[in-house]
Amino acid sequence: MSTYLLRRLFQALVLLLIVSAVGFSILHLAPGGPLSQFAAGGEMTQADLDRIARDMGLDRPLPVQYAEWLWHMAQGDWGRSYRDQQPVLHIIVAHLGATLELMLTSTLIAMALGSWIGILGAMRRYSLFDSLATIGAMIAVSIPTFWFGLVVIWLFSVTLGWLPAGNRYTVGDGSWLNQLHHLIAPSMVLALVSTAVWSRYMRSSMLDVINQDYIRTARSKGIPERRILFRHTVRNALLPMITIAGLQLPTLLSGALVTETIFTWPGMGRLFLDSINYRDYPVVMGILMFTAVLVLLGSLVADLLYGLADPRIRLA
Amino acid sequence: MIPAQNPAAAAAPVLRAAPRRRLRNPALRRFCRHRLAVFGACAVTLLTLLCIAAPPLLPYSDTFIDIRARFTPPGGSSAHLLGTDQLGRDMLSRLLMAGRISLAVGFSAMLISMVIGVCVGLVAGYYRGVLGTVLMRFVDAMLCFPSIFLLLAVSAFIEPSVSSIILLIACTSWMEVARIVEGQIRALRERDFTLAAHAIGAGDARIMFRELLPNAVAPIVVAATLNVAHAILAESYISFLGYGIQPPTPSWGNMLDNAQTYLESAPWLAILPGAMIALAVTSFNFIGDGLRDALDPRMEGR
Repeated sequence: MSTYLLRRLFQALVLLLIVSAVGFSILHLAPGGPLSQFAAGGEMTQADLDRIARDMGLDRPLPVQYAEWLWHMAQGDWGRSYRDQQPVLHIIVAHLGATLELMLTSTLIAMALGSWIGILGAMRRYSLFDSLATIGAMIAVSIPTFWFGLVVIWLFSVTLGWLPAGNRYTVGDGSWLNQLHHLIAPSMVLALVSTAVWSRYMRSSMLDVINQDYIRTARSKGIPERRILFRHTVRNALLPMITIAGLQLPTLLSGALVTETIFTWPGMGRLFLDSINYRDYPVVMGILMFTAVLVLLGSLVADLLYGLADPRIRLA
Repeated sequence: MIPAQNPAAAAAPVLRAAPRRRLRNPALRRFCRHRLAVFGACAVTLLTLLCIAAPPLLPYSDTFIDIRARFTPPGGSSAHLLGTDQLGRDMLSRLLMAGRISLAVGFSAMLISMVIGVCVGLVAGYYRGVLGTVLMRFVDAMLCFPSIFLLLAVSAFIEPSVSSIILLIACTSWMEVARIVEGQIRALRERDFTLAAHAIGAGDARIMFRELLPNAVAPIVVAATLNVAHAILAESYISFLGYGIQPPTPSWGNMLDNAQTYLESAPWLAILPGAMIALAVTSFNFIGDGLRDALDPRMEGR
């Protein structure tokens, strides 16, 4: 296990370096580079721009700038926002809670609902339920999240008036019931794609396990079907889903951005969009790097958990 | 003996077999059995034809502003079949013109991303070693960035136009293809026919493009179809958020941009363009699924 752990950690570290290089390149190779927000006004002369470039250290060779940038990033100095001079990392962390709350809730919904659909679909393969679930999953991943969000708002907020159309809580009402009420619609919207993906992988994983020898052995031993299903099949079928949960992270983050925009949810995605509107590049780059690192860590943790849960993996 | 045979009798079995010959191709037969895929193919064809041919035939152009007729609901007026928007522009006309842009973005972005993805995958899978490892780790790193974040971050730097949006989407969606191609090529280059090609003195480029690539075409075609779906969806996302195709050029995404404002009074402004996106994307996904079953029968029903 320790060799596996070390190798996996080393891979993640290498990947982190490449990710940081890609992020740095996007910032610097984009037309205008980090200076573009100064040049955009048109009031600055070339001499002014040169001076700013020198002050910001932008006249030095790129590898030197990259090394320095990386060193600052590693120390937690992610720069300061152009808008209010707050440290970038501080701003991101302040908005992280709302996003995590949304992502966690919708992941729980997706896991519960998706597993149930996947298991039932695999047990009754090619039944009406299975076909409907297949078509439904295909449609669910094809619908734009923002559109589904608009339809949910139109139906549940505008027409029926059951759910609030946005925000995390009603101003002046801090009760958890109120927060929960506000959480329902956005987490439902965000969970749609994950539920569909989860159900497909769960079904596929169930079908893999059902054909294994040990299921046949269990059946020939005379173990009741229910017990085979839950103790043998589902338990083993859930193992590869740990990886899927890790792989879902980028999709989930992208979905969160859109969902937060529609439901005026004060999370990281909305902060990202606001920062783009204000041309607040340090925050934009900070969030871009932050999400990439989050995805990287997510897949690392998923792999390690999979290794812990399934002893067969550690040998590979 | 042979000249004495009745020509009609000899032709008869051929004639009877003729209708079946059309579907002798097993892949085509499997594709046609996949009803959803056939539906998808029909829907895409119909949608594309409508978007290309229909706009000039409609009574109102997509840019004609009829301020007195604004917010006409669908079916509310015989002249505006699908109603009008907040400026009184004909929705049907706008939807079809937007379809031209959205479908064009989808197809063009797919083509470019396939070229990038296939080339990277081919080189990485064929040469392996340091070059292959570096390329594939770069692919891994690119995949760490959530696609919408990456799209928005870069689109904030550039001047938005149809061609820059196409390039942008292509540059952020080639990685999956590269992974698929790399895996295929890695396996194929171990096969005997690659050795044989080497033995007759074929160069690297010839082996890659003439021997290996044609053998990997099935998963590439599937990935290409799914890539169109992805590109249409990506365009709609960034246009909806205001960084994609800029008005007055309509696209399905930017038609939804300010629809949220009128959600209460004119829900069709939000529902119709979204339904078009959903229809187009679902159709391409259905086709991709059908192609996967048709071209790789082992995966059927999974």
